[in-house]
Amino acid sequence: MPRTIVEFVNLHTYFDTADGVVKAVNGVSFRIREGETVALVGESGCGKSVTAMSLMGLLENTTGRIVDGEIRFDGKNTVNMSRAELRRIRGKDVSMIFQEPMSSLNPVLTIGEQMAEPMIEHLHMSRKEAHAKAVELIRMVGIPRAEAIARSYPHELSGGMLQRIMIAIALCCKPKLLIADEPTTALDVTVQAQILDLLRELKRQLEMAILLITHDLGVVAEMADSVIVMYCGKVIEQAPVLSLFQHPRHPYTQGLLKARPSIGRRTERLYSIPGQVPSPIGLGNSCYFSDRCDRCMDVCLAQQPPLRAVDDRHSVACWLYEEGIRDVRSAARG
Amino acid sequence: MSAPTRDKGNTVVLHVAESTAEMPAAAEPYTPPKTVTAEGVRPYPGAPAAPREPSLPRRRIANPQSPWSTAYRRLKRNKMAVFGLMFLFAMFLFSFVGPFFSPYTEGRVNVALIHKPPSASHWLGTDDLGRDVLTRLMQAGRISLLVGIVSMVLSVLVGAILGVLAGYYRGLVDHLIMRAADVLMSIPEIPILIVIGAILSDLKISSEYRIYVVMLLIGFLAWPSLARLVRSQILSLRERPFMLAAEALGLRDRRKLRHLLLNAAPTLIVVATLGVARAILSESVLSFLGLGVVPPTPSWGNMLQAANTLIDFQLRPWLWIPPGVAIFLTVIAINLVGDGLRDALDPRTNR
Repeated sequence: MPRTIVEFVNLHTYFDTADGVVKAVNGVSFRIREGETVALVGESGCGKSVTAMSLMGLLENTTGRIVDGEIRFDGKNTVNMSRAELRRIRGKDVSMIFQEPMSSLNPVLTIGEQMAEPMIEHLHMSRKEAHAKAVELIRMVGIPRAEAIARSYPHELSGGMLQRIMIAIALCCKPKLLIADEPTTALDVTVQAQILDLLRELKRQLEMAILLITHDLGVVAEMADSVIVMYCGKVIEQAPVLSLFQHPRHPYTQGLLKARPSIGRRTERLYSIPGQVPSPIGLGNSCYFSDRCDRCMDVCLAQQPPLRAVDDRHSVACWLYEEGIRDVRSAARG
Repeated sequence: MSAPTRDKGNTVVLHVAESTAEMPAAAEPYTPPKTVTAEGVRPYPGAPAAPREPSLPRRRIANPQSPWSTAYRRLKRNKMAVFGLMFLFAMFLFSFVGPFFSPYTEGRVNVALIHKPPSASHWLGTDDLGRDVLTRLMQAGRISLLVGIVSMVLSVLVGAILGVLAGYYRGLVDHLIMRAADVLMSIPEIPILIVIGAILSDLKISSEYRIYVVMLLIGFLAWPSLARLVRSQILSLRERPFMLAAEALGLRDRRKLRHLLLNAAPTLIVVATLGVARAILSESVLSFLGLGVVPPTPSWGNMLQAANTLIDFQLRPWLWIPPGVAIFLTVIAINLVGDGLRDALDPRTNR
C-alpha cells in the first residue's frame, strides 16, 4: 500500500460571523496516498475549499479557525505548525492552483518573474537559474515560445494559457501534493479538456498526489481515483471512483448523478434535487440532507448518521445502510 | 524550438499554423491518454491535437506591453501633460544650468545698483542690495525645486512604508500608525509650521542648514495623508486573488509586500507628483512668512517676502512678478503632469 501523504483527522473549521458560527468543515476525515488523485465533490459552500485552505494554513486572513482535529502532512500535524514552518511547506511540498487564473497572477509582474519567485524562495536558486527553469517549465506545460511568454504580462495571455502557467508555478518545486481548486471552472470546455490532460500527464511524470476540488462530476470521472462527497461540511460518502459512479449509496450522491446530463439520453428536463442547501448557521441534530431526501425516515430527523463502511473501500453516512435501522424501516412498513 | 525571427508582416493565421507545428517538439512526450469514464470513452473535441490556443499575434509578445509602457504611451497622448513636462524640464534647466551663464552668481552687494529696473545688463533688474534678480530667481528655483522634490521623496518614503505596514499587518501596528496620523492631521498645518519655524529661528540655525530642516519639516507633515491612501490601497489589494495565490506559494512577507507595493505604485506616483507642487507651495508660504528658507539663501518665497512693501508693489514690479510667476507656473505644470499621470496610470480611465 502506498504511503499516506496527508491525512485529515476529524477536522473542524469554523467561521465566526455576525449571525453566528458557521461550521464550514465539521468533522472531516480522509487520507490521500502517494500518487493518488482524490476528488472532493459537493455544491458551493459545502466546505470543499475550506478543507484545502485548512491544510495550507490559508485561513489566517479570514475569520476562520480550526477548532478541532488534525491534518497530518508527511507525519507532521500542520494545525499547530508555526507560520514559518507552514510557509516552508506551502508552494514546496503542497501547492495549489485556483479557479480564476486571470486574477490569480499579479498584473504588474511578468510571468517569468512570478514563476521564478517560489524557486528562489524554496529551492534557493539564483535569479538567473530560476528564470531559466521558468522557461523550461513553460515549455513543459505545452506553451510554445516560452522565452517570449516569460517576458510578457498576465493580461497578454488567454485564460487557458494562464491556467497552464499557474500549473507550472505550482509544480516548480515538485510538490508531493497538488491541490486543484476548481481548476477548470472558469475555462471553456475544450480548454478544460486540455488542462485536465495536462494535469494527468504531469501527475504521471512527477508522481504526485492531487486533491481535486470540483463540483463537476465529469471532471471527477476523468481524473479521480477516489471520490469524497461533502455536504454541509460533512463527508457523506467516500468511495473509489468506479464504485461511486456505479453504486452511489447516499441519496444525495444518487441525486447528483441523476442530475447530470448524459450523451444518448435525451430528457425534457434534467433531474434536480428538491429543496435547497440548509443555512449553515444553527444546524440541528438531524441529518443535514433530511429535508431534501425523498427517503427520509424518523431516525434521520433525530440523529445524524455516522460515516460507516458498506464494503471494502466504500463508506457512506446514511441511516439507510445501517443494519439495525433497516429492520426498523421494514418493521415500520410492515 | 526553431522560431522564425522574422516577424514583420506575418499574419495571425500563419502563427497558428506555426505554433501547432512546433508543439510536439515543445512539450515532451505529450500523448493525451485515452480516458475511460463512467460513460465510456470520453469524446472530447480535438483530442490528439496539441493545444491550439497559443496563437497570440507574435508582434505583441515580441514587445511585451508592460503596464508602464502602456502608461507612457497614454501620457504622451495627453497634450497638457506633455506641455507641463516640457515646462518643468525648462524650469529645471533654468534653475540648475542657468546660473552657469550668469555673471552675477556671487550675489555681491552693490550699492550703486540698488533697485534698478530691467535693462540689457540686468534683464530682470536688481533688488534692494543691487543683486541681479534673474540670477537670484534661478538660484531660488534650485532651492524651491529641491525642497519640493526632497520633501516629497521623504513623505512618500515614510508614508508608503507606514501605510504598507498598517495595511498589511493591521491590528496593533495599524492602530498605532493610524492614530499617529490622525493626531498629525487634526492639527492645522500652518500653525505647526509657524511654531516650528519660530523655534528654529530661536535656535539660530544658519541659513544653509535651514533648507534641510525645512525639507524635513514639510516632508514629515505630508506623510499622514499618504500613509492613509497607501493603507487603503493595500487593504483592498491584499484581498485580491493573486495575493492568496502568493500566500499559497509560501512567499516571504518581504516579497508579498513588494507585490502589493508594485500594485499601489500608480496611485503613489500620482500623489507624489502632486505632492511636489504642494511642498513647493508650503516652502513658499513658509519663506514668505520668514520662517522657511531665510536670506541670504534665495527662495521664491523669500524673494516675494523681500518685496513685501507698498513701494515695491507699486513701483518695482520686477521684484515680485518673476518669483510669483515662477511659483504659479511651476505648480500648475506639476499639477498638469500629475493629472496626466493619473489618467495614464489608472486603468479605469481607459479612453
